Amino acid sequence: MNEQLTASRRKFLQAGGGLLLGFTLPGFGAETPKRNEKPPEAAVGHATRNMTQESSGLAPNAFIRIDRAGEVTLIIHKVEMGQGTFTSLPMLLAEELEVDLAKVKLEQAPADNKRYGDPLLGGQVTGGSTSIRATWKPLRQAGATARTMLVTAAAQQWKVDPSTCVARNGVITHQASGRALNYGDVVDAAAKLPAPKEVALKQPKDFKLIGKPLKRLDSADKVNGRTVFGIDVRLPNMSVASVAISPVPGGKLQSADDKKALAVKGVRQVIKLDHAVAVLADHMGAAKQGLAAAAPTWNDGSNATMTTQSLVAGLRTASDKQGAVARNDGKALDAIARAPRKIEAVYEMPYLAHATMEPMNCTVDLRGGMCELWVGTQVPALAQGIAAKLTGLPLDKVRVHNHYLGGGFGRRLEVDFVGLAVEFAKQARGPVKFIYSREEDIQHDMYRPYYLDRISAGLDEKSNPVAWFHRITGSSIMARFAPAAVQNGIDGDAIEGAKDQPYAIPNVRVEYVRHESPVATAFWRGVGATHNIWVVESFIDELAAAAKQDPLAYRQRLLQNTPRMRTVLDLAAEKAGWSRPLRAMEGKRVGRGISVQFAFGSYMSQVAEVSVGPDGEVRVHRVVCALDCGQVVNPDTVVAQIESGVNFGLTAALWNEITFDKGRVQQNNFTDYRMMRINEAPVIEVHIVKSSDAPGGIGEPGTSAIAPALTNAIFAATGKRLRKLPVTATSLKA
Amino acid sequence: MPALTVNGKSHSVDVAPDTPLLWALRDVIGLTGTKFGCGVAACGACTVHVDGQPTRSCVTPVQAVAGKKIVTIEAIEQDPVGRRVQAAWRDLDVVQCGYCQSGQIMAATALLTAKPRPSDADLDAAMTGNICRCGTYGRIRAAIKRAAEKTT
Repeated sequence: MNEQLTASRRKFLQAGGGLLLGFTLPGFGAETPKRNEKPPEAAVGHATRNMTQESSGLAPNAFIRIDRAGEVTLIIHKVEMGQGTFTSLPMLLAEELEVDLAKVKLEQAPADNKRYGDPLLGGQVTGGSTSIRATWKPLRQAGATARTMLVTAAAQQWKVDPSTCVARNGVITHQASGRALNYGDVVDAAAKLPAPKEVALKQPKDFKLIGKPLKRLDSADKVNGRTVFGIDVRLPNMSVASVAISPVPGGKLQSADDKKALAVKGVRQVIKLDHAVAVLADHMGAAKQGLAAAAPTWNDGSNATMTTQSLVAGLRTASDKQGAVARNDGKALDAIARAPRKIEAVYEMPYLAHATMEPMNCTVDLRGGMCELWVGTQVPALAQGIAAKLTGLPLDKVRVHNHYLGGGFGRRLEVDFVGLAVEFAKQARGPVKFIYSREEDIQHDMYRPYYLDRISAGLDEKSNPVAWFHRITGSSIMARFAPAAVQNGIDGDAIEGAKDQPYAIPNVRVEYVRHESPVATAFWRGVGATHNIWVVESFIDELAAAAKQDPLAYRQRLLQNTPRMRTVLDLAAEKAGWSRPLRAMEGKRVGRGISVQFAFGSYMSQVAEVSVGPDGEVRVHRVVCALDCGQVVNPDTVVAQIESGVNFGLTAALWNEITFDKGRVQQNNFTDYRMMRINEAPVIEVHIVKSSDAPGGIGEPGTSAIAPALTNAIFAATGKRLRKLPVTATSLKA
Repeated sequence: MPALTVNGKSHSVDVAPDTPLLWALRDVIGLTGTKFGCGVAACGACTVHVDGQPTRSCVTPVQAVAGKKIVTIEAIEQDPVGRRVQAAWRDLDVVQCGYCQSGQIMAATALLTAKPRPSDADLDAAMTGNICRCGTYGRIRAAIKRAAEKTT
């Protein structure tokens, strides 16, 4: 897919002194920008307008600006939520541009879905572990193009052949004479030159930055409190608001006592909507107190009797019917029926909240025919779009100021909280920062779906699987988020890791049953893969156990035709010391479990070591991860993302579930939606396979591979096969 | 009107006496480096120092800290231990999203001030109250140890 990305159209313009290069990350099915449309209120200002008035070609959707001081700015729509893109994207550019990484500043592109749409995701989205995959080639091409222009400009000034000049660290040198010019000295001349049609990219052996463990560019401000997250925005005369939303989906606000709220010192205004209420105050302390005084009551409506049991019963019934067929090799059902031995199981995974450390928040200033939003979002253009829709303003009257995200994990791919803030703002006097309390954040999340999977296999006389059947039942996120991507009833996300399960089995059938409920569901770090990899890797472990074979050896035999998969599997096993017994622990049962996956374009295997106490308490001591994610841009970022993904996945697998009673979410805060603590975090070892294949994604695979490694380890320790998460749903008492 | 001494400066804040210190810092004084995470002292994102003690500002009323010495992340680099902790955090690239890290650094600084050579058990006891959703715990542990090594 990456091979199709080309910097198909590049233009250089004079931007008030300096050089501006616009380039295109072409879309896949994304709408082609219209030539004469009104340009966005772009950070590049005047030059953008000039550019879009040019007579032909696609409008650029990313920019490089080099000023007369030689400072480089990369303007791109990707956001930083901890995953390290604000370091790795500048690395890609600096590698070919031949500048010091510290010289590259990253600026957020303005909200505009058409112009800044992601080539892989078809919109202005940071998610799906795609940032590097989508920009790997075009960003380097853009850097090489700019460098070529600058060198040509210097060579012309010296009246020498450009091939006799070299560019290093932002300086162009004529090797024969030793003459040198800084990039800043030639930006104006370079801006007048035509762009080269073709540029050669470096061979991996010549990389100076790519592949090196470079320090994050956002560390300094994040360790001294200076980084501004959405929640940190302060505007003159701004109110701060606390909100309460109907605890039951579809419920309505019945009453809220304005008078009592307004009697609280510092409270300025109470705003009521059909299904929510906000108290605006001088500060959040007063707003929260005012909201408590208002004591909202609700009409719960038709979902008032909803419980987890009723929701799961609905899924179970739906799962009895045939689903849309995602894969059908051979005749799986017949082969299972005829097989000497049949193994079947039902797996269940709970609803999960995202619980980003920064609660949902959005600041709105809606006046004078303009709507300004200050927010941290993975989807700036969707935020812009919902504000335009709710206010009736044209898109160009809605400006999104995007910020660093205090965690995303998919929660900030949704704009429900932005829409709510805008609805309130329509009645507000002056700018308002709306902040969810932690309780509202957890109870009005959009949850990772509950999935119920029926899975079965037929084994031959030697206990080898001859047939595999997997029916997934759950809500479809894609059907809501990107309906066009759902074809023939197949949600590609819901089946990721199941449809493409890697084992050499002649008969495979994978089905998907879409079943919706009033519970709003959304992407959650790893989404479809977090669910399917757990089911597939647990069930293959069951087959190995049924065959009385070592789970590693069983997998190895079935993965002989997938060398990259085998490589990571073998490497993880070797580094974990799979062939050696685990050290015994006094009074505890110990075990080791393994998983392997291909997800988000990367190959990964994990081995988890656990102990289970007599009381059933599980501790994860060590996780060994081997991965092949193609060409690594920043190895330290890759390691950090695996560490992060493993701990994120463990937290959920061990402890997390969102449950419903009387239509309400029963969890409130970190007190009952448990987070991993430092004393519970395992030692994590990451081993990267050297590769020059195109990069794979890395933000999510760590999360999806850990749950099966964990539950397979618990099986090894206790003999109990966990078919329902979280782990705490099953008693593991000795 | 309570007077608060924050990072060596006196501020009179026009809030009710039972207002949590967190909101006086963030919304009234304008020091937004201290973060809101849970509101119930369950996550540590709001940790500041009050007379040197790590304190969850989200549950600490302003009236309880009037006249005491309050230090926030914005001034921790003026503390030699805090400076070492920040340097270790940068050296090991601890941060990811970064939202919890103000609280982590305040808690780590208080730990190393009280125990310049903490054991793993000391470290666990001091840091379990601080949640990091990005799961940077391994690096937090390593950075605290590195900062401790640099203590003379």
